[in-house]
Amino acid sequence: MATLLAIGTAKGLFLATSADDRRTWEVSGPHHPQTSVYAVALDTRRATPRLLAGVTSSHFGPSVATSDDLGASWDDPDHAPVAFPADTGASLGRVWQLMPAGADEPDVVWAGTEPSALFRSTDGGRSFELVRALWDHPHRPHWQAGFGGQAVHTMLPHPRDPARVLVAMSTGGVYRSQDAGASWAPGNVGIRAAGLADEWPEFGQCVHKVARDAGNPERLYAQNHFGVYRSDDDGRTWSSIADGLPSDFGFPMVSHPARPGMVWTFPLVADVERFPTDHRCRVFRSADAGGKWEPLSVGLPEGPFYPAVLRDAMCADDATPGGVYFGTRSGEVYASRDEGDSWSQVAAHLPDVLCVRAAVV
Amino acid sequence: MVTVLLPGPLRGEAGGASRLSVDAGGTLGAVLDELAADHPRLARRIRDERGELRRYVNVYVDGEDCRHSGGLATPVGEGAQVQVLPSVAGG
Repeated sequence: MATLLAIGTAKGLFLATSADDRRTWEVSGPHHPQTSVYAVALDTRRATPRLLAGVTSSHFGPSVATSDDLGASWDDPDHAPVAFPADTGASLGRVWQLMPAGADEPDVVWAGTEPSALFRSTDGGRSFELVRALWDHPHRPHWQAGFGGQAVHTMLPHPRDPARVLVAMSTGGVYRSQDAGASWAPGNVGIRAAGLADEWPEFGQCVHKVARDAGNPERLYAQNHFGVYRSDDDGRTWSSIADGLPSDFGFPMVSHPARPGMVWTFPLVADVERFPTDHRCRVFRSADAGGKWEPLSVGLPEGPFYPAVLRDAMCADDATPGGVYFGTRSGEVYASRDEGDSWSQVAAHLPDVLCVRAAVV
Repeated sequence: MVTVLLPGPLRGEAGGASRLSVDAGGTLGAVLDELAADHPRLARRIRDERGELRRYVNVYVDGEDCRHSGGLATPVGEGAQVQVLPSVAGG
């Protein structure tokens, strides 16, 4: 039994493997060198785990590559796995997120893209089809692009009900489907829209990341562009859980896969000052669904620290006790094998870290 | 017959070949369509799903940048040489 940590960077994918319960790591790579890897998924629903990587060459465009041997070899299909149909007039910028669906749909994988669209695969991520109802949504012409581009960056399938899925996009907010993607409704009540004249619109918020609680699938946590929120009604309405955090700005929001109420985030000062709060490298954890927050820094750099952590550059694994990981824009990766109480460095001097995902394989 | 010259990063998509012979002509678009029939993965690295040339890929027809000579409608005569090059870009 090993733990695999996939690290997507601006110049390729690195794979860190630990065979001693996450004490030491062996790092290989870059796989897919000179591509930006915004999305990686470890699909452990299969007898043989499948790695999926959204890779984008600045010259030769985007694709989704898969590996069924833990990254030793990769397959990139002849025909573009994610492509916009001709009648849309659109072309794929990049895949921002790859998300395996629930255990009862073992071949279903969701892909979120730039421009903002949702794709669904029924063959384990080898080919995808555009989810038309979201693309044809009357709100789409009003969705905006943030600095990072306009993208669906979060998909959260409901763990018990395959018909329900929640997506989040920058900039546009949260949308929910209860009919397997046939129709979509915004779910942003209570989330403030920074940068818009109407601060409380139906949609248009810049939601940075959403995570689903381990124990109660109706409970969600969101890091917004200003604002940290919780929903207790499957994303219909939200209320602030930012009290107790040093800032309500940041990108990642990660929930513990097994422990209800536990979440981690990495606050930055503000959108005009995207440095860690107090210029210190600290992860903030709540064990009570956002009621109280505590800074975690044992084993993390002690001096002044300036790199940010992007929306997908923090994750948890599925081991016991739970592991937490994050990568920085300065190419450092840290891991905790005790839910954040203490940390150690997995890798340094990598390119800009865009995403991390970890699992026991 | 038209010769297509490939840059190093794309040769892996053509079995390692640095040049391919394509039995097509008329326009650059027709040459790339023919290329896509035999080498679909190579072709999608050069053009997106709309059929547009990717922004940072340059294609020269007999030494002339196609962006200055008609784009995909650039005439490609018998025996012409089509050269694909990544443009200078990126950090």
